[in-house]
Amino acid sequence: MSDKLIKIVRFIGLGFLEPIIRLSRGEETKKNLTEILKKIVAPLASTLLFILLWQSGATALYNTEAEYRIEKAFKDQGQKAADEMTACIESGEVNCQPNTLPSPSQVKASFNSLLKDHKTISADKKAFKEKTADLNKKRIAEGKDPIVYTGRPSFVDQIITSIKTVFAGFLLAIFIAVPIGVVIGLSETLRSSINWLIQIFKPVSPVVWLLLVFMIVKTLTKDSDADSSFIISFISVGLCSMWATLVNTVMGVSTVDKDILNVAKVLKLGPFQKVFKVILPSSLPLIFTGLRITLSVAWMVLIAIELLAQSPGLGSFVWEEFQNGANDSNSKIIVAMFVIGIIGFLLDRIMLTIQKFVSFNKNEGA
Amino acid sequence: MAYLELNNVNKTYGKGANATEVLSNINLHIEEGEFVAIVGFSGSGKTTLVNLINGLLQPTSGEVLFKGNPIVDTSHERGVIFQNYSLLPWLTVYQNISVAVKETFPKESKQFRDERVKEYIEMVSLTPAINKRPKELSGGMRQRVSIARALAMDPEMIIMDEPLGALDALTRGNLQDEILNIWNKDKRTALLITNDVDEGIYMADRIIPLRPGPNATLGPEFKINIERPRDKTSLNDDPEFKKTRNGIIEYLMEIGEERSTSTDETEYVLPDLEPKYFD
Repeated sequence: MSDKLIKIVRFIGLGFLEPIIRLSRGEETKKNLTEILKKIVAPLASTLLFILLWQSGATALYNTEAEYRIEKAFKDQGQKAADEMTACIESGEVNCQPNTLPSPSQVKASFNSLLKDHKTISADKKAFKEKTADLNKKRIAEGKDPIVYTGRPSFVDQIITSIKTVFAGFLLAIFIAVPIGVVIGLSETLRSSINWLIQIFKPVSPVVWLLLVFMIVKTLTKDSDADSSFIISFISVGLCSMWATLVNTVMGVSTVDKDILNVAKVLKLGPFQKVFKVILPSSLPLIFTGLRITLSVAWMVLIAIELLAQSPGLGSFVWEEFQNGANDSNSKIIVAMFVIGIIGFLLDRIMLTIQKFVSFNKNEGA
Repeated sequence: MAYLELNNVNKTYGKGANATEVLSNINLHIEEGEFVAIVGFSGSGKTTLVNLINGLLQPTSGEVLFKGNPIVDTSHERGVIFQNYSLLPWLTVYQNISVAVKETFPKESKQFRDERVKEYIEMVSLTPAINKRPKELSGGMRQRVSIARALAMDPEMIIMDEPLGALDALTRGNLQDEILNIWNKDKRTALLITNDVDEGIYMADRIIPLRPGPNATLGPEFKINIERPRDKTSLNDDPEFKKTRNGIIEYLMEIGEERSTSTDETEYVLPDLEPKYFD
């Protein structure tokens, strides 16, 4: 039974839990203890070291900034102002705090305050919904648009928007890249005629894609007054990230094992059957490698694109906080950084799990 | 008119100065119900010959006739068992065979096809492994799946391209018997390509050596007049067996020697060097 548990744990990428499970069953105590040391204690230690380094770095930067402020006050206004500044900084008053890299504890505090903020906003939203429920029913019955909540989005709302954008972009990338990749991969003529286009567009920066999409979408949505920033950002994300999938699909389809193609011929599979029963399944591992890269690229460019497209999400959150310049803005940016990193990591893990599921060793049939 | 005929077949790869003639002037006649083995060194063009017969390749010149008609494409009439099994790794045993059955009997009912798939899996005694994927099977089991797949398509002729080449001796012997049993049941025409002379003698009615390529061509045929069913253990003492075996091996050795003498024309003179000692 436990073997099944270990298999599941491994499958979902929590392989580091394996020695604990084994140890709890009393298997090979010494070996599993070293495994725990390697897989759990060592990563924890490195995390701790990272936080320590961060803390000391932040303190050093804080001191530099504080000294500079005091010196500046002394130069500009004399000893009295310098003393006042020292006292002000030590008292921890908000408006004279040195603005620099926040320490881990500040980031933690900002994280908590963001969560609290989210709770207030969602409570607010709920209350608003209850209040307007009857009115909206009436408005819909009269054929008018319902009243929607237009307050400030919370940090969690921004995260959800970002994830929605990235998935919309990712789906777009799949729907463009996989079919085109299959068609190009099947025909050598097409491959050589389109290859140069792919090679040119692949390295284009996300910013340029955004501008290109902006030019087109702006013209196409001239008549509607709907918010086009979401459309622009998800299309840009899709266009930036689809290249890995496209290239991998072409590669997978064009390098199907010759023996397998011979089988298709000997079995006399029709062209449709050949593509769906032989070529696609056999290139699935490569296609999924491409999709995994695509998703991580999509998440990476998303932030930059949201930032530029003024579309709501983590990117604009970061940008707004930076512009805001409040005393906790810097730590909020760091919170966003960690959230971005962790979500990116989770997305990659999910893709890796799916990839494991569809993969097979190319030589297994032989 | 023979069942399968190859008349003056040549096969060249490449064009112009780079052309290499792999097969030249191949003449082969196989009658219906016959079991013919072709033996040859590795790299002598055996696979090219097989691909000409199953329709994956077209001859550069000459004609390949099956029941009097030229072979222009693969056909369900000729089942192929590949050397490296060539199963689809993402499908189970059942699905691998089911793909073939579905293609051959598109009009039959689902139940008919299901029964047929199961029947052939049973025939190669793989019913316990029916839902396993190729990676979970041993080499011998994979080749059995491959055999079941070829036979489930109900071919009139079975073409085997070194089907047992990658297997160990024991599995090999078992599968030889299995193939013979299956062949015995309905006496389909069979062509076996192999590099093992004993295997050829044990299984076939006729053995034809393939002179190694480039320019591979078929040598004189050896008829095997040993009563079926043949017994592997007593075969070794059979004078007929010994005679045929020696004949074929002598022939192949002769070609081998010819080949080694003809290619080793240049003599390499080694420089006259002596080790130098430093004190």
